[in-house]
Amino acid sequence: MQVKMWGTRGSIATPGPETARYGGNTSCVQVTGREGTVLVLDAGSGIRRMPAGLAPNVKRVDVLLTHLHMDHILGLGFFGPLYNPGMEVHIWGPASTTLDLRTRLNRYLSPPLFPVHLRDLPCKLALHDVPRADFDIGEFHISATTVCHPGPTVGYRIASGPTVMAYMPDHEPALGVTSFPMRKEWTSGFPVARGVDLLLHDTQYTDSEYADRVGWGHSTFQQSIRFADLCGAKRLVAVHHDPTHSDTDLDEMISLAIAAAQPKFPVVGAQEGVVFNLGPDANPPRPLIGP
Amino acid sequence: MSQKEIELILTRQLASYLAMPIIIVDPKGRLIFFNEPAEPLIGRSFNETGEMPVHEWSALFKTTDKHGNPLGPEQLPFGIALNKRRPCHVNFWVQSLDNTRRNIEVTAFPLIGQQDRLLGAMGVFWEVVPDAG
Repeated sequence: MQVKMWGTRGSIATPGPETARYGGNTSCVQVTGREGTVLVLDAGSGIRRMPAGLAPNVKRVDVLLTHLHMDHILGLGFFGPLYNPGMEVHIWGPASTTLDLRTRLNRYLSPPLFPVHLRDLPCKLALHDVPRADFDIGEFHISATTVCHPGPTVGYRIASGPTVMAYMPDHEPALGVTSFPMRKEWTSGFPVARGVDLLLHDTQYTDSEYADRVGWGHSTFQQSIRFADLCGAKRLVAVHHDPTHSDTDLDEMISLAIAAAQPKFPVVGAQEGVVFNLGPDANPPRPLIGP
Repeated sequence: MSQKEIELILTRQLASYLAMPIIIVDPKGRLIFFNEPAEPLIGRSFNETGEMPVHEWSALFKTTDKHGNPLGPEQLPFGIALNKRRPCHVNFWVQSLDNTRRNIEVTAFPLIGQQDRLLGAMGVFWEVVPDAG
């Protein structure tokens, strides 16, 4: 399994020299299986460049949306495969209590917010309300669990054989908890991240910033490290960087968090373009192009 | 181990911050949480009891009407909320293990999640204090 970061920023795209190293594009991660199955996690602005990482023979892409906040869908209309009649694109995401995914996405992908209707896209498009039961896409076995974040939001657990990763870019498991973490069964997201080889988790705030943003749906570095520890994650990758945090800020935040928490597992900040190879293969199944 | 449904986690977090006695049960009536203001009703803290099956926590106090007649589950707020999936408000009496008899009013309502899933019920308890006037 190969995991490539195409968008690491939260809330709003923040291009500029001060964010050039960690990246300014919003949430998008490409997951490629050994058999060539391609998943795209979220459709933030990072998804625009993501097709550069597709092998020429790929005819199907599955986009898994954690939720429908703008920073996770704003790139969807600029995703090249949607305009390719030879491509099969499946979009998965949570329904609301009253609206299915198609209806919810149509609110963005239609005038006046966007000139092209979903129904007019030339690719073979299928939309799926993410099921409560586990499901399979190619060689991947996937579960989606609702997690603590404003509005319907899921975390994805993605397994390929014994190799497992988890993706929770927007997650506030410490909301309302006086001593975090609580017991496992009372901790939002625990089954998503239990024992994973790689955990991509929300680390938007510092502790002092969080004090003024409780309930906004995000975590601090310290909370994420405690969450990863509770879940037995083998590696934590910090994602959903706050738009106000420069590369220098992030370097310092990560160093301070590691020094304070002394985690038993590696903790790194997600940088655009970085690739994580998981599982038995030390090398990727096929070289990726770009960024 | 799976997590509780997110709706239950959020309900517990809300209950933890409210000053009213609140009990949360799962769809089978198993007590899965009560907050600090509810401790005098149960007689112990949640840290001491943990989760309790329905027969265990309902045995902690005897429920009767004002005449002392025992009440069945179908007359009690959680039974109504879970079995009929509707909110209810019930006035009844409880006798704790210490033989204290209290007049209680309970508002209970089912917790129904997406896809019509019954996740449990939440009950807010008030002790009826005789009007001093």
